Amino acid sequence: MKRIQTLNTRDLAKSVKNGGCGECQTSCQSACKTSCGVANQACENKDANK
Amino acid sequence: MIHQYKLNGFNIVLDVFSGSVHIVDEVAYDLIAALDGGEVPADACARIAAHYGLPKEELEDCLSDIEELKSAGKLFTNDPYANYAFDFKNRHATIKALCLHVAHTCNLNCEYCFAGQGKFHGQSALMSYEVGKRALDFLIEHSGTHKNLEVDFFGGEPLMNWEVVKQLVLYARSIEKDAGKNFRFTLTTNGVGINEDVIDFCNKEMYNVVLSLDGRKEIHDSKRVDLQGRGSYDVILPKFKKLVESRGGRGYYMRGTFTHANPDFTNDIFHMADLGFTELSMEPVVCDPSMPYALTDADLPTLFRQYEILAEEMLKRKQEGRPFTFYHYMLDLAHGPCIYKRISGCGSGTEYFAVTPTGDLYPCHQFVGEEEYKMGDIWQGVTNTEKANEFKHCNVYAKKECDDCWAKLYCSGGCAANAYHATGSVTGAYEYGCKLFKKRIECAIMLKAAESALED
Repeated sequence: MKRIQTLNTRDLAKSVKNGGCGECQTSCQSACKTSCGVANQACENKDANK
Repeated sequence: MIHQYKLNGFNIVLDVFSGSVHIVDEVAYDLIAALDGGEVPADACARIAAHYGLPKEELEDCLSDIEELKSAGKLFTNDPYANYAFDFKNRHATIKALCLHVAHTCNLNCEYCFAGQGKFHGQSALMSYEVGKRALDFLIEHSGTHKNLEVDFFGGEPLMNWEVVKQLVLYARSIEKDAGKNFRFTLTTNGVGINEDVIDFCNKEMYNVVLSLDGRKEIHDSKRVDLQGRGSYDVILPKFKKLVESRGGRGYYMRGTFTHANPDFTNDIFHMADLGFTELSMEPVVCDPSMPYALTDADLPTLFRQYEILAEEMLKRKQEGRPFTFYHYMLDLAHGPCIYKRISGCGSGTEYFAVTPTGDLYPCHQFVGEEEYKMGDIWQGVTNTEKANEFKHCNVYAKKECDDCWAKLYCSGGCAANAYHATGSVTGAYEYGCKLFKKRIECAIMLKAAESALED
């Protein structure tokens, strides 16, 4: 596309089917302790990301 | 729903529900905005073509690309999740993380401490080995099929109960294999008590260590003082350096708090980076707005610009071969969290609990001391069913203020404790935090766009 570049992102709609294992880190445990962000958490389910 | 913004020379379009990120030129940016605003496509094409002095066909090509993205579910997607029967009531029946308050006491007296000098508005106390051991057993018993179990040794200052911390780790290691579990330990410390033994043990056993440093000496020492009121910077810095240097690539975060006294907090982050630390986190102080160090509305423009400066400097240092990580700018767009995680959030009060020195359970460390939020204890389990249900139903779709927010699948509705303290309800919104969060995500995504441009 000439005017639009799309970055490679996980398809959230598809993750309805292949997500939800719950093995990812609890958001607040890693560093912040006073806020909530989930976007910076890594997915532990390598199969779902293929 | 989409969100468009311009930052650092990039025109960025986020498609909220698919998670897609598009980097576009001015023409496409304007056309997408026009379509989002409901303008008739042909009219928008004609108007924008005239504005940029382009042939109409150029706009029609751009419109066709937009239509293609729409058909592919990457632009102008509708919310496919709101009506899903995500059964949150049953989804969070298991627990995977505990914050163990091994010491409700502290050897520092930091002015802004949400834990009230480590005591959480109660008496000083240390967790006994027996209570800690029971907490670990409780976690395993309630963890269902979760393999990775997280335990954060927290306080107060956990190193004031270090022997119990070590014993608990050894106990967990002795039972994890048979239980089919993998414990991941974190130690959150102010650094005062770090010695060779702590360093060796942490490097063997702690998946992560969180080290509290506020940045520049004068900033750090103005808030993080000992019981005699003396700054702690000179005491802790050599210890932190030694610990991090010997860590051998294992996880750590240098974590600071900024307040109204240092809205130019990027100078504190750069100070940490210049000291050689590379894994950095800097959090806005959360406190009663009446406190003199509370962040104010008047600080916001400065803070927004500071987050931009941070992103610009990170990009520069990366190109110079001396990168550092900022916790809130870590985004893995391609392999990040699934929609379940994005909707359900941090898991406080459902899959994550704080345990006090006497074995009481709270939804998270920030609720400890709020008696109405005492959820039960590690012997009886969760017995406060009213509050348990409140947290089971607390997700981004339960928060009215989040309905029209583009950032909702990045923050998942925000911190329940902040919401409670700001509004009186865990399903409220801590608006000040929302404003900063949105700015951080805009900067984080801009960094991804910039990194992508560099790769090209």
